[in-house]
Amino acid sequence: MTRSVIEEPQSLIMVEVQKPNLTDEEIRYAVKKLQREPNEVEWAMLEAQWSEHCSYKSSKPLLKQLPSKGPRVIVGPGFDAGVIDIGDGWVVTLHIESHNHPSAIDPYGGAATGVGGVVRDILSLGTRPIALLDPLRFGSIESPHTRWLFDNVVRGIADYGNCIGVPTVGGEVEFDPSFERNCLVDVVCVGLGRKDKLVLGEARNPGDLVYLVGGNTGRDGIRGAGFASKALTDKSDTERSAVQVPDPFTKKLIIEAILEAVDANIIQGMKDLGGGGLTCGLSEIAAKAGTGIEIDLNRIQTREPNMLPAEIMISESQERMILLIREEDERKLVNILEKWELGFAKIGHVTEGGLLIIRQGNEVVAKAPAKFVAEAPLAPRSAMRPRYLDVLAKVPEPPLPEDLDQTLIELISSPDIASKEWIYRQYDHEVGIRTIIRPGQADSALLRLPNKSSLALTTDGNSKHCYVDPYWGTVGVVSESFCNLVAGGAEPVALVDHLQFGDPGNPEVYWTFKEAIRAISNYLKALSVPCIGGKVSFYNEDSTSRRAIKPSPVIAALGLVDPKTPRIAQALRKEGNDLVVIGNTSDEMGGSEYYEHIHKLTGGRVPRVNLKKERTLLRSLLRSLRSGRVESIHDISKGGLAIALTEMSVQGRKGVTVNLDKVPNKTSRIDNSLFSESRSRFIIETKPRDITRIVNSFKRLGIPAAKVGSVTDNGIEFLSKGRSIIAIPISEVSRAWSETIPRAMEATL
Amino acid sequence: MVKVAVIQFPGSNCDLDALEILQKTIKVSTDLVWHKNLKLDEYDAYVLPGGFSYGDYLRAGAIAATSSSLETIREATDKGKPVLGICNGFQILVEAGILPGAVLRNSGLRFVCKWTRLRIESTGTPFTKLASKGQILRIPIAHNEGRYYLDKDQLAELERSEQIVLRYVDENDVPNEDSNPNGSLDNIAGICNKRGNVMGLMPHPERASLPVLSPENYPEGRIIFDSMVESLGGSTGGK
Repeated sequence: MTRSVIEEPQSLIMVEVQKPNLTDEEIRYAVKKLQREPNEVEWAMLEAQWSEHCSYKSSKPLLKQLPSKGPRVIVGPGFDAGVIDIGDGWVVTLHIESHNHPSAIDPYGGAATGVGGVVRDILSLGTRPIALLDPLRFGSIESPHTRWLFDNVVRGIADYGNCIGVPTVGGEVEFDPSFERNCLVDVVCVGLGRKDKLVLGEARNPGDLVYLVGGNTGRDGIRGAGFASKALTDKSDTERSAVQVPDPFTKKLIIEAILEAVDANIIQGMKDLGGGGLTCGLSEIAAKAGTGIEIDLNRIQTREPNMLPAEIMISESQERMILLIREEDERKLVNILEKWELGFAKIGHVTEGGLLIIRQGNEVVAKAPAKFVAEAPLAPRSAMRPRYLDVLAKVPEPPLPEDLDQTLIELISSPDIASKEWIYRQYDHEVGIRTIIRPGQADSALLRLPNKSSLALTTDGNSKHCYVDPYWGTVGVVSESFCNLVAGGAEPVALVDHLQFGDPGNPEVYWTFKEAIRAISNYLKALSVPCIGGKVSFYNEDSTSRRAIKPSPVIAALGLVDPKTPRIAQALRKEGNDLVVIGNTSDEMGGSEYYEHIHKLTGGRVPRVNLKKERTLLRSLLRSLRSGRVESIHDISKGGLAIALTEMSVQGRKGVTVNLDKVPNKTSRIDNSLFSESRSRFIIETKPRDITRIVNSFKRLGIPAAKVGSVTDNGIEFLSKGRSIIAIPISEVSRAWSETIPRAMEATL
Repeated sequence: MVKVAVIQFPGSNCDLDALEILQKTIKVSTDLVWHKNLKLDEYDAYVLPGGFSYGDYLRAGAIAATSSSLETIREATDKGKPVLGICNGFQILVEAGILPGAVLRNSGLRFVCKWTRLRIESTGTPFTKLASKGQILRIPIAHNEGRYYLDKDQLAELERSEQIVLRYVDENDVPNEDSNPNGSLDNIAGICNKRGNVMGLMPHPERASLPVLSPENYPEGRIIFDSMVESLGGSTGGK
C-alpha cells in the first residue's frame, strides 16, 4: 500500500475567521436570525455548512421535482443514503458521491477519500458496504496531465476499495477535453443490511451520548466544502490541505466495529463526518429530529496541538463517525471500540430545545439553533437557454467515410469505447463472494443476495449527448441505465443521480441543470421508478480557461433479478445462432462517438426516447430473458449497432454476418445505421428454433424487431444491398479494442 | 467433531467469505476467532484469510506476523495440524517464518484481480489430498504483493521436497510467462512446509467454491477445503 501524505506549512491552513466567505444576503440573514453578529467560530461553521457542497442551496427546490416514493422505498432523499426493501427482512442502500475538486489536484488522495466518504454514507445507515462502482471523466487521453490524473485516480480507488474489502464491480469512463483540468471522480456505493437494524441520522432522544469515533481530528480537509464550492484556479494546487488524507485501514476497522455495534442494537443515531466536518454532522443530526446537541471541544482528540475551535468544527479529517447511544450502553460500545483499537471520545450529549452548543471547557464558543445552522437560506438562481445549442443543432452532415473497415477499427479504438480491463484488473471485484457477473461481462454487474434473488447494478453518463442536448441527453442516460439493468435480467427498482455542472450563478449553466432534473423526473414518472437520493456538484469549471465542464448527470441504478431468470452475458455463444435487433435506428447522430471521435464534429440531433413505449419495451424484453430463449444480449449504446455487435463478437470469439437492410431502420445513410446511438435498442442472440417466437413477442406490441443475421465462425461482416460493406477478422478488432488504454497508459509510466 | 478456526486480524477482509464457505458449503463446524483470542486446543485446523491485515503497512503481513496468534499457529504446525494461509494469510505465514521464501510486489507494480488456471503439483498436503497431480483448478487471484521469491538453492530444495503445491498455467496447462500474473518465481502460486501440513497460496479458493460464482458453474476451489476436512476424518457437505 502506498499512502499519500500531504504536508503543508501551517500558515496556509490557518482559518481566516474574520471574513466569512458568504454572500451579503447570507450575512444579513445570519445576523437577523441570530439577532446578533455571529462570532468567529460561528461564522466559520456557517461558512462550511452553507457552502453549496453541504447545503444544496441552489438545487434543493428543483430536486423536489424528482419522484421519490415507491412501495420498496424505506428511506428516500435527505439522508446519507437511500434504502430499498428487497424482501425477507433485508434492505439495500445506495448512494453516489464525487470527489472532483480534490482529485483534480491530488488524484490519488482525492479519489481514495472519495471512496471513503461514500462508504461512510452507507455505513451510517447501519448497512454493510458490499459494492462500489466508479464513473470517471477525464480530458483527452492524449494529454499527459490526463494520464497522470487517470493513473492516480484508478490507483487511489483500487488501494482504498481493495483494502477495505469492498469489491468494485462496475463503472464507466468518458474522455472529453472539457474535463482536462476538472476531472469527475464519482463513486457509487451499495450496502446490505437487515431492515430491523437500520439506523438513521437523527438525534431523537435527548440525553443520548454523542461519541466521536475513528481517526483524530487534524487540519487536513479544512474548508474542503468551501473549496469544492468554487471553481478551480491556478492557485488550487496550494489548497492541497483542503484534501483529506486517506487511511483505508482505519476505515476497515470502523466498518467492522460499527457493524458489530449495530448488530448489538446500541446505536440510536449515526452520521458520518464528511464535507463540513463536525459542523455539518452535528447540526444535521440534531435538526432532523428537532433536538439540540451540546459538546465540549476539549474532549476531542486532535492530531496536532493548539487547534482553534473553528478549525476543529470544520476539519474534514477522514475516517470519523458520530454515534449516538444511550447512557446504559456505554460500556458495550467502549468494549467494541477497544477490541478494534479505534480512537473514540465522548464529546457531549443530545439536548432538548434545538440548540447547538459548542463549549471549550466551561466557555461556550458557539451557540445557535441546529436548524438554523443546518438549513442555509436558498440561493435563487436564474436560468437562460444557452445560445450554443442553436449552433450545435445545425451542424452539417459529415462526408461518408471511404473505408468503413477502417472507421470501425478507429471507433472501437476510441478510449470511450475500448476495453476497460486495464482499470478493472486493478480493482478487487470478487471480495465478498457475491459477484456473479463481473466487470466487462455484461451491461450490468450482478451480485448474489442472501434471499436468493440477485442485485443488478449499473452506472451511466454521457456528457457528449448532454452537452448537445441537456434534456434528451439526460433522458438517454437514464434510459441507458434501465436498459442495462433489464439486459441483466433485472427489474429496475431505484436510482440515485449525481448532477455535475459548472457555476450555478451562470444562468446558462443553471438552465442545463434544470433541464437535466426535468429529464430524470419525466423518465422516472413514465416508468414509475423512484429516485432515492443523489448529489449535486457545481463549480466544476476552470477559472483560468473560464470553461465549465460539459453537463454531466450520472445515474446509478439498481434492479432485482428473480431466482428463475437465467444468467445471460454479452459474449456470443454459438455459431449458427440467429441475431435479432430490437428497437428503431434513426438519424440521431448528435454527440455520438462516430461524430465526435471520427469526424471531430460536435452537434446534430441527440437520440430521443419514446417515454410512452419504454415501459412496454423493457417489460417484454424481461419476459424474453425469463423465457430462457435468449443466449446472449447487449444493449446498443456508444458506437451504435456496429460497435455493440463487435463487442459481443470479440468477447465470444465468434463472427457475425449482419444484413443492414434488415435492421429496423429510419436512417438516411449507411454510416448512420451502423453508428447511430438511438436509444432503447438491443441485440439478442437466440437459437434458430426460437427466432420466430422472440421476434413476434416484440412485434405484437408494436416494438420494431427483426432477425438481422447470424453468428458465424468467420470475422465481422456487414452487408447492404447484396454487397459487403465491412469485413474484418476478429483478431484485428480484438487487438484494437483491448490495446488502446494499456498502450496509452504504459507510455506514461 | 472436527472444528476449524478462521482467524480474524484487524484488516482481514476475506474472513467472512472463508467462514461462509466453510460453514454453509463445506458444512464443517467453523468459528471466526479474533486473533487475540486464539487457543490451541479448541481447533483441529486453522485458516488465515486474505485481506490487508494492519493495512499491510510496513510490508504485507509483517505486523500480523507478530500477533500472539502466530505463536499458537506455530505450535499447531509442530503438532501437525493443518494450517491454510490464503493470500494475506500466506503472506503472514511467510513473514512469520512458518513458510519459506518471500512474497514481493507484483512485477507489473499494480494490483491484479483475475481468474487464473492452477496446476496441482503435489497431493501430499491435507489441502490437495482429494486432487490428482496435474489437475487444473480455476481460482481467482486479487493482490498487490504475490510474487513468490526465494533463492536458487532453496528453490531446488523446495522442488526436491515436493513443497511446490500449485503453479499458474496457461490454457494448455503449461506454466510460462504469459500465464504468470505477478512475476512469481517458477510460476509458483502455492507452497507448503516440509511436513506438508501448512500450505500458503495466493489464489482465493473460497471465491471459487460456489457454482454460481465459478466458470461454467464448476466450483473448483472447494477441493482445497474438502481435502482439509477429509484429512481430518470429517465428512463434507457433498457436491
